[in-house]
Formats: sequence, structure tokens, C-alpha cells
Amino acid sequence: MRSIVPVLTVVAVIIALWYAACVPMNIKFALTMAEREGAVIEPEGAAARRDLSAIGLALRNPDQWGDTLAQDKPRLPAPHQVLVELYDTVIDKKITSKRSLVFHGWITLSATLLGFAIGTVGGIVLAVGIVHSRAMDMSVMPWAIASQTIPILAIAPMIIVVLNSVGVQGLLPKALISAYLSFFPVVVGMVKGLRSPDQMQLDLLKTYSASKGEVFWKLRLPASVPYFFASLKIGIAASLVGAIVGELPTGAVRGLGARLLTGSYYGQTIQIWSALFATAILAALLVAVISGLERGTLKRMGLGR
Amino acid sequence: MTLVIAAFLLWALAWALNVKLANGPGAQSAGVRLAVPVIFGLTLLAVWELLVRGLDIPLVILPAPSVIAARFLSEIPTLWADFVQTFVKGALSGYVIGCLAAFATAILVDRSDFLRRGLLPVGSFVAALPIVGTAPILVMWYGFDWQSKAAVVVVMVFFPMLVNIVAGLNETSAMQRDLMKTYAASYWQGFFKLRLPAAMPFLFNGLKISSTLALIGAIVAEFFGSPIVGMGFRISTSVGQLALDMVWAEIVVAAIAGSAFYGTVALIEKRVTFWHPSQRG
Repeated sequence: MRSIVPVLTVVAVIIALWYAACVPMNIKFALTMAEREGAVIEPEGAAARRDLSAIGLALRNPDQWGDTLAQDKPRLPAPHQVLVELYDTVIDKKITSKRSLVFHGWITLSATLLGFAIGTVGGIVLAVGIVHSRAMDMSVMPWAIASQTIPILAIAPMIIVVLNSVGVQGLLPKALISAYLSFFPVVVGMVKGLRSPDQMQLDLLKTYSASKGEVFWKLRLPASVPYFFASLKIGIAASLVGAIVGELPTGAVRGLGARLLTGSYYGQTIQIWSALFATAILAALLVAVISGLERGTLKRMGLGR
Repeated sequence: MTLVIAAFLLWALAWALNVKLANGPGAQSAGVRLAVPVIFGLTLLAVWELLVRGLDIPLVILPAPSVIAARFLSEIPTLWADFVQTFVKGALSGYVIGCLAAFATAILVDRSDFLRRGLLPVGSFVAALPIVGTAPILVMWYGFDWQSKAAVVVVMVFFPMLVNIVAGLNETSAMQRDLMKTYAASYWQGFFKLRLPAAMPFLFNGLKISSTLALIGAIVAEFFGSPIVGMGFRISTSVGQLALDMVWAEIVVAAIAGSAFYGTVALIEKRVTFWHPSQRG
């Protein structure tokens, strides 16, 4: 609780800086428009202003500052414009409308969740295999680690197009990219977790003459839960990024990634910013849900803090 | 059909060999540790090649490794130009700027407790967000050339770096800091002689995470607009032309660049943090 005041101060400073940045970022267009309507601008004519610095122009024309915060297609929209757009597209529009961010968000979210589920289940299965087979461990593990240094997202457009050409469309291609991205964090985390019981604990179970399966269910799996949740948090964030990037190359019809892309095609900056904030809110919610699950589970297992 | 059967036979043989090697007497030796993943990787490539040929999979779905290799060798000038544009100009310059900026901010945060309590939660929150989404905005501001890609990379690497450096600077114990105080060390003396070296493992952890993010950021930013050169540009246009062998060649470049970048950082880490338990093997 001690940190609420500093956090709020930092956020307030960021918003203040944002407003301050809006003025020079948008001033040139604002001045051109104002001059067209007959206001006196210093210096006159758009050509004379072209090479002048934006900050200097802003200081010489303080009357136009208000206009910089209320443009239709600003270079940098003001915070309140983004908030108004978010409110309009999230709460005011019907959720079935194509202009509702809830509609686009759901499309991205469903691909994210499906991919996340596939990736997590696959990751757990591979991790169990790696822990129980030395050959698999030595063959697959170096590649699993090396593959994390590779920019996997680069394959996203290809997966979409290839699956499209064999007739698979819609949710699944995006979900596969998400799955791929969340797969490796889960594998690496689960292998670490399933190996976390030390020799003493394994020996104890041996004295109980526990079978391999019993060791797995009663010792390894419970011991891996904290690691599991840590990698889930990385995985869900990666899944969301995967789903968003997966929406870019399809010509961008629906989803939050499509909102970003159409926004950048048509210069709808407010739309880009609101889609960006929607993805941020979605990511934060997803991580928060997993953190909540983590806290609940660990508490029930007696590991809670 | 014979090729498909050959693929399965090869797979079974190689797997049996790996099982034998991994459970054999020499399983702990360096040679076997290297041989097993190499055999696995090569088998995967061979099975891929055999299956693609055996099942007559068309080029637009999955090109065979030999086709990709041929394309790679014949297009080296183009691939090199793309590499320079995306990796050297975009990713690397953004990486350096972003890491230096994060370092400067981390020192500010370190000197002021108020900033630490305020900026750090915000920073770790932002580090978890899908920052690639800022790419269209930055492309709009800084134009299509590499400057906008570098800007995306700066934003992407800044927050993970900041969080890691600040965590690293808090790594020293109160006892060690007290010792510095008894030596009457100034802030900067304590910083360079005690706290910065102690922070190195965290700093390098951040550098390694960021090296992957940098390349991803530079490639994805090119999907939102780029000059007619660059890895992201080549991937998206070649996908459009269904020239999948070119896409795969570009992915090979990305994989080599990504792992070489990561490997270089890991190598420097080994030299710098030779004292850390994780490096003494």
C-alpha cells in the first residue's frame, strides 16, 4: 500500500507528459487549419512553417493549443480522445457491431485461449516425456532451448497463408501460432518443475516402494505447480502477441490486430491507440486471472504466502 | 511410397541409436551430449525431405530442405541486404539505444526510493504487455525506414531491461553495502566496485531476453510498412507470391541471426560473470 502514492504520481506525470507532447506533435496541422479559417498565425503560410521546429511553433502560437487536442486524425491523440474512443467502442456500441472493440477483442481472445490451451497441454506432455526418457531429454531439450532464441513470430504470416491454401481458415491458424509461442515456455518451465524434487524426497518415496507413476502423481506433479504457473504467465502473454500478429497478414478483417492494421492503413490514429489500450487491458486481465488461479491453488496446497 | 517407408525406417533407426547413446556408458561425455541432439536434428531434416518428396507435397505448402538450401545459396546477396537492413540497422541500433536508456533510467530509479516504488510497478506491468502493438504508431511517426524499426525495438527492450537492472542493483546484501560505507566509498565508487558487478548476472539475463525481443520487434514492425528491403518485408511479400522457399530461407537467416546474437551475449556473459555459481561448472 506504501507504493500507491508513488505509482499514482508516476502515472500522473506520464499523462501530463503525454498532454504536453500532443501540442508540438499536432501543432503544424492545427496551425494550417486555423490559418484557413482566418486566424493570425506566426509566421504566415504553411511553406514558411514547414522547416521550423514544432516546439518553437507551439510557443509562438499559444492560441492554437486547444486545437491540437481535438483533431480527427492527430499524430498523437490526447489521452481523453483515446478514452472517449475506448468508451464509445467498448460500452456504447452493441457487442455484435463490427465497430465494437468487444467484438474484435473476443475474436482475438478466443484464438488466444484456444492456442494457449493447445500449447499448454502439448508442453506438459512433452515435458513429462522429457523427464521420463533420457533419450528424449538429450535430443529434444537443446532444440527446445535454442528455438527460444529464434524469432518464431516471423513464421506467422506463412502459417496463415499455408493453412489457408489447404482450406483451414478462421480461428485455428491464429490459435496454432499462439500455441507455438506458449508451447516452449511451458516445456522449459515444466521440465524444471518436474525435476525440482531433490534426491532426499525421491529416496523417501523409494523407501515407500512407490511406483514410477506414484512418484509422478504424488511428488513430481505437485512440486511442479509453482513453476507451472510461472510459465503460464509468460505463455498467455506470448499467446496474445501470437494471436495479434497472426491477424496481420490475412488482409486484416477482424480482431484487435486487424484494428491496428486498418488503423495504420487509413491513418486512424485514435483507432490504433484505442486498440492498443484494449490489447494492454486484455493482457493485464489474462495475467491477473492466472495470478488469481495461482494464488488460490498454491494456498490450497499450503504453499501460499 | 518407398521414400515414406524409408523416412519411417530412418526415424526408428536414429531414435534407437539415440536411446542407446543416451542410456549407454558414455552418456555424460561431451561427445555424446553433442552427438544426440545433432543426430536428432539431422534425422528431422532427412525425414522432412523424404516425406515431402515421397508424398509429393507441393512447394506452396512445404518446400523440402534441399530446395530451401538451394534458394538460400542462390539468393545470398538479397538475404544479406535484408539482414543488414533489419538486423544491423533496425534491431541492433534499437537494442543498444534501448539498453543504454534502460541503464540510465535504472540508475535514476536506484538513487530515488520514490521513483523505485512508483516506476517499478508501472515498468513491470508494461513489460508484460504486447508492446509490438506500438509498431503501427511508431512506423507512422518515424517513417518506413529503419529508424521506425529501431524505435519499436527501443520500446520493446526498455522495460524488461529496466526491471532486470533494478533487480540486479538490489542484489547486494546490507553487510556488503555497510562494508563499502566503512571504507567511506562514495555512491559511484560503491556502484562501480560492488553493486554493478553484483548486478551483472541480472543485467545479462535482461540482455539475453532483449536479444530475442529485438529481432522479433524489427521483423514485425516491417509488416506495418517498410522500404523494399528487409527480412519482414521479404517474408510478407514472398508469402504473397507463394514463394515459400524464399520465406523459409529468410527464416533460416532469422534463426541464424537470432541464435548468433544470443550466443554472443551468452559468451560475453561467461567472460564477465565467471565468478557466478551458474558459470562455474
